Amino acid sequence: MELHILLIFMIVSALVAIEVKDLLSSVIAVGATGFALCLAFLVLKAPDLAITQLVVEILCLIILIRATIRKDIPLAIEGRWIFNTVATVAFIVVFLFFAQLALKELPAFGYPIMAVVKRYLQEGLAQTGAVNLVSAVILDFRAFDTLGEATVLFTAVIGIMAVLRRPGRKKER
Amino acid sequence: MTLYLLCLLLFCIGLYGVLRKRNLVKMIVGLGIIEYSMNLFFVLLGYRVHGRAPLDARNQDILNMVDPLPQALVLTSIVIGLGVMALIIAIAIRIYEKYGTFDITKIKRLKG
Repeated sequence: MELHILLIFMIVSALVAIEVKDLLSSVIAVGATGFALCLAFLVLKAPDLAITQLVVEILCLIILIRATIRKDIPLAIEGRWIFNTVATVAFIVVFLFFAQLALKELPAFGYPIMAVVKRYLQEGLAQTGAVNLVSAVILDFRAFDTLGEATVLFTAVIGIMAVLRRPGRKKER
Repeated sequence: MTLYLLCLLLFCIGLYGVLRKRNLVKMIVGLGIIEYSMNLFFVLLGYRVHGRAPLDARNQDILNMVDPLPQALVLTSIVIGLGVMALIIAIAIRIYEKYGTFDITKIKRLKG
């Protein structure tokens, strides 16, 4: 029940974030969505995810506010209103068609399949010595996944530095 | 099932923001909402009724835990999402410095 309330809150704040005119209000509304997601992870029995989502959400908010502060431009009247809306709705309808095909195949909520993870659950403590099974999976059974994640993160840092760097050399006269 | 549908609705709101809005910051916000809904969907798939968190404890049955595999994958996905978001915002700040606007129809020189 509390999951339904949280999800409806997330949907409302996402609608506010998309539709509000002021950019700073939009960023703060998307922050509200992220913190509701953090609470939803706690309800879903995923404490590691809740902690990570909290930290990541705060960092994202800081970066987004840095991007939008003092750049409050009024949104222009949108041209080609009908064409844009029809194209967007058509795309969403195509997406929903494939989504309902996928929804039929899903297991019922609350009864996961647990085919792969059964071995991890039974042998996790003996093989890795980690009490927390999530960290056993990401740091031992699927350690290369985490290595790839670190690679992606450092690549993103290099990209940010390359994009935001000021040219250091002065022009010689 | 209702939860899956609400999650899908959240995804559609994000998709609408990405496709329909002309402001770069609004598009980034929509991308963030899509990311939230995907992470939530994976964790919803691994939930078990009356389950407990995937931590080993004494005198507890091991088979009533929630599924830890989606949680591990989503942990990776959240951190990568932060990197992607930071890179997108850096590019948006750079575009704003160069063109003085976030409106994608006014950034003319990007057209070929």
